[in-house]
Amino acid sequence: MNKTVNPKDLTSDDDNGPLYVARKKVYPQSVQGTFRRIKWGLMAFCLGVYYFLPFVRWNRGLGAPSQAVLIDLPNSRFYFFFIELWPQEVYYFTGLLIVAAVALFLMNSVGGRIWCGYLCPQTVWTDLFYAVERFFEGDRRERMRKDKSAGALTPKRLSEIVLKHATWLMIAWWTGGAWVLYFNDAPTLVKQLLTFQAPVIAYIWIGILTATTYVLAGFMREQVCTYMCPWPRIQAALTDEWALNVTYRYDRGEKRTSVKKAAELRALGEHVGDCVDCYQCVAVCPTGIDIRNGPQLECIQCGLCIDACDNVMTKIGRPKRLIGYDNDINIQRRQEGKAPIYRIVRPRTMAYSAIIAAVGGIMVYVLATRTLLDINVLHDRNPVAVRLSDGSIRNAYTARLLNKSGHDRVIAIDIDGPVNSTIHVVGADSVTPDRPMIVIPRDSTSELRLLVTAPAEGNPEKSIPVRFRVTDIGLGEAASTTDNFVAP
Amino acid sequence: MTDHQGEFDSVTGRSTTGHEWDGIKELNTPLPRWWVITFYLTIVWAIGYWIVYPAWPLISSNTRGVLGYSSRADVAVELANLDRIRGDKMVALGAASLADIEKDPALLALARAKGKTVFGDNCAPCHGSGAAGAKGFPNLNDDDWLWGGTLDQIMQTIQFGARSGHAKTHEGQMLAFGKDGVLKPDEIVTVANYVRSLSGLPTRNGYDAAKGEKIFTDNCVACHGDGGKGNQELGAPNLTDKIWLYGSDEATLIETIANGRAGVMPSWEGRLDPATIKAMAVYVHSLGGGK
Repeated sequence: MNKTVNPKDLTSDDDNGPLYVARKKVYPQSVQGTFRRIKWGLMAFCLGVYYFLPFVRWNRGLGAPSQAVLIDLPNSRFYFFFIELWPQEVYYFTGLLIVAAVALFLMNSVGGRIWCGYLCPQTVWTDLFYAVERFFEGDRRERMRKDKSAGALTPKRLSEIVLKHATWLMIAWWTGGAWVLYFNDAPTLVKQLLTFQAPVIAYIWIGILTATTYVLAGFMREQVCTYMCPWPRIQAALTDEWALNVTYRYDRGEKRTSVKKAAELRALGEHVGDCVDCYQCVAVCPTGIDIRNGPQLECIQCGLCIDACDNVMTKIGRPKRLIGYDNDINIQRRQEGKAPIYRIVRPRTMAYSAIIAAVGGIMVYVLATRTLLDINVLHDRNPVAVRLSDGSIRNAYTARLLNKSGHDRVIAIDIDGPVNSTIHVVGADSVTPDRPMIVIPRDSTSELRLLVTAPAEGNPEKSIPVRFRVTDIGLGEAASTTDNFVAP
Repeated sequence: MTDHQGEFDSVTGRSTTGHEWDGIKELNTPLPRWWVITFYLTIVWAIGYWIVYPAWPLISSNTRGVLGYSSRADVAVELANLDRIRGDKMVALGAASLADIEKDPALLALARAKGKTVFGDNCAPCHGSGAAGAKGFPNLNDDDWLWGGTLDQIMQTIQFGARSGHAKTHEGQMLAFGKDGVLKPDEIVTVANYVRSLSGLPTRNGYDAAKGEKIFTDNCVACHGDGGKGNQELGAPNLTDKIWLYGSDEATLIETIANGRAGVMPSWEGRLDPATIKAMAVYVHSLGGGK
């Protein structure tokens, strides 16, 4: 019981050390090839859309914003080309989010982390920042050398650092600047920003997004994917044996030997792998991993290692795609001497596609058939019904009429309710008896008070349904809603 | 905490504080430095706060703080800002005539919104939040009005009230025919049944209709008019319709006739500004009972 334990014998729970491993800085090397070209292309496309979309104009007529994509928070409107959404239509975004999520699953089941490797903003901006870094400080080896001799700050080195950070900050600033342009008329806001007359909130948001872009793309880089992003964890659970992932074909690569030795052994007719241990795949990797260790959390599957390996294979005269998009099944099959099979159409991808098609179809249908005129009615609760001096019964309702179109409308209101009942609208004109008319200005709502009176003779004795119909007397467009007429 | 000299824990090799409970010694594990510094900073911050903001309660007030800040002053500034923002619209409301407000959708919407809020604050205790009324407190949704239901009449009633003590208030009284000895009990029962007959309500078996009509003509027509149609000048209710402020059953009518009624509507002039009273008149009118 009283045996003394020597502290040195204890190996577990050394709580004096840090809780995490210090980051090993990654110095990705430049590379050329198919996937690099795809990445450049997608980067140009994504950034082009993001930076320039706010400047696209769209004529919606007088008084309406003429910006193609605009989130108008003060007026609670969202404009997307020909679509104008009102606050009560935000459920469209639910559909959009469902489509986006399932599209992510579909991408994943077809080609792994396509999103992470090519489209994710973190990847796109980090890639751009790396390009800037490479431009000013040189490629991998040069940057490693310069970082090692950090003490020697020559004027040339200093200017490189300053220029790099200045360019980063400019890109980051433009990123924040483009963001706020989605929330206000872009040309006006640019003018205001330049003359320092823009709202303070605009500067605050530009500041926030400049800071996040600069920090996330310039310093945190692959750590965002490894530690902050939930998708790698979720993706691991969603993937299956058919999904094409960036894979090191170990069946072909092992055993690794040098070029020279491989040639000698091959001459003797022995089996040798194609991998020559050149570490080019590791050098170009933006997350600093070795793909030859198999699928791993940090891998964003950008395909740059494929390009790097292809270049080496070409040089040493071996077939390309030692690293390529492949799956475990095919490695197994090749080892058994069977031909690889690729199956993109399978239950999982069909199901995802079906969900996307269904939700997308519903959204298109709802969007195409939505009316630009609408009515909502709320029954008065206190009192629910009033008996008038002549014995008739009256119910009052508060109606909200929506005119989502770009022109003023003259609206007639009819009811289909108790026998011989009449409708009166406070503040409305009646051209024909019992048919109140009201003007609703374009792109607005009007709250009206409706009074429905049922005569004493033939009074309803219980609650009966009543239908309110609003008709644009010019265009004939109509909308209706139902409520109840209650007897006291 | 200082180390207790020479005492070291054999398992971890750490120094101990020298405190011991039941043979268990406390290790010396100091708080992290950043935590301690933060703790001291909060104390410094608190002292600064006491100086800058109101903090310490005194016997009848509190320390004011060098900034002279008070949350009450903040509220006053916010309210002033609100008034400034609403100013133009409320001025427009005050300047427009009642009829014009009903015809202008923007002013009507403003008056209804404003009126509804003010009604909830001032009128709902008696008339109910939806103006449905209660026994003795008129339902403002129906079309029966003691003092008239046009926009101007409603506004006048709100402004000056009824039996409110204001110089321009509505005056009018239901006399206590029984208490004051004008009518005998059996006469009251008779006239009560006659009044019920005016609006088509059933009457007590064997009651003398002719006698009831005579009593009514002698005592009631002065205010309630021929046939009991009422008189809005005097606030005398119409006795022939289906709406009864206190109830139409015989017992209630007997009580009304015997003891009289004198409901009070307060005067709101001076308590609410003219534009607000206007908004309230429009709101009450829009409830549906207005003529």
